[in-house]
Amino acid sequence: MAEYRLEKDAMGRLVYVSREGTRLEGVNPVRAFPLTSPDAGIALVSREGHELEWIDSIEAIDEANRALIVECLIQREFLPQIIRIEGITGPSVPNIWRVATDRGATSFRLKSEDDIRRIGRSTVIIAGEGGVNFLIRNISDLDRQSRKLLARFLS
Amino acid sequence: MHTSSSVQIDALLEPNEKLLASLETNLDEALRFSSHFLFLTDRRLFSTRDGKEWRNLEGLDLAREEHGGVGRIELKSDVLIETWRYTMDRDADAQRLVKRFSGWFEEEEDGAIEKEIPVSSLTLFRLSRFAKPYRVALFSGFMLTLASTASSMVAPYLSMPLMDKVLIPFQNGIPIDRTRVAFYLSGLFLSALAAWGLGWARTYLLARVSERMGADLRVETFRHLQTLSLEYFGAKRTGDLIARIGSETDRINVFLSLHLLDFATDLLMMLMTAAILFSINPWLALVTLLPLPFIAWMIHYVRDKLKHGFEQADRVWSEITNVLADTIPGIRVVKAFAQEAREVERFAAANAHNLEVNDRVNRVWSLFGPSVTLLTEIGLLVVWIFGIKEISDKTITVGMLTAFLAYITRFYTRLDSMSRIVSVTQKAAAGAKRIFDILDHVSSVPESANPVPVGRLKGEISIRDVAFRYGSRRILRGIDLDISPGEMVGLVGHSGSGKSTLVNLICRFFDAAEGQILVDGKDIRSLSLAEYRSNIGLVLQEPFLFFGTIAENIAYGKPGATRKEIVEAARAAHAHEFILRLPLGYDSLVGERGQSLSGGERQRISIARALLIDPRILILDEATSSVDTETELEIQGALENLVKGRTTIAIAHRLSTLGMADRLVVMDHGKIVEIGSHDQLIAREGAYYRLYQAQAKQLDGEENG
Ligand SMILES: Nc1ncnc2c1ncn2[C@@H]1O[C@H](COP(=O)(O)OP(=O)(O)OP(=O)(O)O)[C@@H](O)[C@H]1O
Ligand SMILES: [Mg+2]
Repeated sequence: MAEYRLEKDAMGRLVYVSREGTRLEGVNPVRAFPLTSPDAGIALVSREGHELEWIDSIEAIDEANRALIVECLIQREFLPQIIRIEGITGPSVPNIWRVATDRGATSFRLKSEDDIRRIGRSTVIIAGEGGVNFLIRNISDLDRQSRKLLARFLS
Repeated sequence: MHTSSSVQIDALLEPNEKLLASLETNLDEALRFSSHFLFLTDRRLFSTRDGKEWRNLEGLDLAREEHGGVGRIELKSDVLIETWRYTMDRDADAQRLVKRFSGWFEEEEDGAIEKEIPVSSLTLFRLSRFAKPYRVALFSGFMLTLASTASSMVAPYLSMPLMDKVLIPFQNGIPIDRTRVAFYLSGLFLSALAAWGLGWARTYLLARVSERMGADLRVETFRHLQTLSLEYFGAKRTGDLIARIGSETDRINVFLSLHLLDFATDLLMMLMTAAILFSINPWLALVTLLPLPFIAWMIHYVRDKLKHGFEQADRVWSEITNVLADTIPGIRVVKAFAQEAREVERFAAANAHNLEVNDRVNRVWSLFGPSVTLLTEIGLLVVWIFGIKEISDKTITVGMLTAFLAYITRFYTRLDSMSRIVSVTQKAAAGAKRIFDILDHVSSVPESANPVPVGRLKGEISIRDVAFRYGSRRILRGIDLDISPGEMVGLVGHSGSGKSTLVNLICRFFDAAEGQILVDGKDIRSLSLAEYRSNIGLVLQEPFLFFGTIAENIAYGKPGATRKEIVEAARAAHAHEFILRLPLGYDSLVGERGQSLSGGERQRISIARALLIDPRILILDEATSSVDTETELEIQGALENLVKGRTTIAIAHRLSTLGMADRLVVMDHGKIVEIGSHDQLIAREGAYYRLYQAQAKQLDGEENG
């Protein structure tokens, strides 16, 4: 029961067509819980930041809309996940972290230990100096070497 | 309470007479200070002022009054019989006295009597309560200590035959007996090995246990602290409490695991040494042990000197923590008013005070160690003198003297380190006292002895003739108010008129001094506190967020809440959309005290928090004071749904906020002056009318200007 429709316009923007047929350009899907449960709770938000639709779970969207939403999410979200920590220069901050992420290998500068934050028990988020957040969804998924490196900075 | 009263009173009571309440009536007729007491016992009312007493209390009435910070107790029948006066800091005692007087015959247990415990090392024994769960481990630890100490005593003993039977005969031309030497040396080695193994096991075991005891102590103190009333926290300073729970418990812990352990080992060693020495040669042993009483006396002497010093040092340390706990959260105010230099000065002053106190302690303390060393050296000298004489008299052997010297050198070096126990015990005892200060404190909003279970309340509130004071300041008086279930009441009045205080009483953060508050017809003091409060949703004037994510903060009152519930609550509080705008949505960290959010955002989060628990009673204390008018209108729209079916008490300065209130209650100087709907109150042209006019004028001014 598609009560609303999503389209993609020529500019590649998402267009929302409501039940009444009004069209809104430039809507965005936003995950409400990007870290703790990315696939549950997605909001379609207008350009002005107003909520248009609430989607309980990504599976609940019908086929056509889902593809567009997922595509848009992938383009919009930049939250690289750290798979491995290759090395850290220097024993104390500030220092450079070389990491392998799901979006390729990179390095970032860590300014202060406060920029490493635990979310829940096993999730860690590291804010690099450049403003990029790096995610470690589950510490125990890291290999031993990476865990050891991380432990030096994680309280 | 006042120790002086407890000292005097024993002398005044008749045998078997039981004290029910006492009051220091410390002002005379002319309001000059004078120390007299008024006692209520199970037999009589008794005043020390002129020695008067009343044994038959039938028909007598005791009343308490207050004027201008002076309390008055009046004893009357049809006429005034006697008057006593006191300063308001004694008011709690006075209230207790009056209460006990009117319920004179009842044997009511009053739990709030605090005892003043002088700091003595005995305080440490109170820690034994925490040792109980570890009895077995502690006993094994003790046995291991015994065994390891004993094995360390073997070495000097074996040196005796080594000297007398091997070395001295060799000097006299007899060849060395190799098997004998091998026997003694392997004995030495084995005993060293055993002492090593046993010592390791013992240290590990006991350190483990004391670590756990320390953790228990810490958690228990924190648990107790959480049950204490707001009154307690209002009177205490954050830094001081942090210091107590943080570092004092740690100090006790170190004391138990390190110092006490060492001390016990040393004591055991001394006893064993003394026994061995006596078994070898009683006379020599006597001479050797001669300096011991002197040292013991000295230890005792210094202990007394240091006691107050260390306590003071602790207090000063709290002072330092307090400055930190004050200025770090308040840093924005400090900077805004450019008071950095002053805060630094304050910190430096606290440090200087710390130095001063410690210098004083150290002056005594620094003399102590060297004096012990001097005494031990003199002791050794005496042993040499006496030993050489005995050897020349052929009463003892050279081996015996060397064994003695070996034993007592150890003995004395341990004495030196044992003397350190004085200071650490004093410090630990001071720490323990400060912890038990917390543990012994009884909450001023005590859980009733057999609390009535509270399910889901209907939400009917009746306030009957309630009065309240902070210390000696009377804040509320004669408050009477009935709120029916589901009704929304708006509380308005000048700043400081007691609105928040009234709400605090309803939440039972404090107990009313007089009168009572009934919810669903039951006195809230009889209800189970936690269950009662879980029926209340509270949004405060200063919303407080904890370090954590937004989702965690919203779900604070209901940790098991589903994501859906969290989102719904946030939506209802009009927080949902701004949360979605944050890069990590509901998973964003709000920082300590929610610094990373604006005031209005914080308020909306705290509204969501209150809504999530679906409370029967919703209390909004200036809940929308820091949002813009547009957002406020939005929230109001949402509130309209939420208020339905809940008893709501909303405090607001902006009177427009209270549009949907069924009734408005106007407070002034701690009293209710008007009750009615907006229209009724406007028609009356009273206090509300004036408030309304003032605001309307202001709004006009803003629009025109
Ligand atoms: N912990 C406290 N100790 C002593 N006095 C207090 C305490 N809290 C409040 N007061 C005093 O009680 C009076 C009533 O305070 P209350 O907070 O109830 O006022 P209010 O009506 O809520 O004011 P506002 O509208 O400014 O919030 C004030 O004069 C205040 O100074
Ligand atoms: Mg207030």
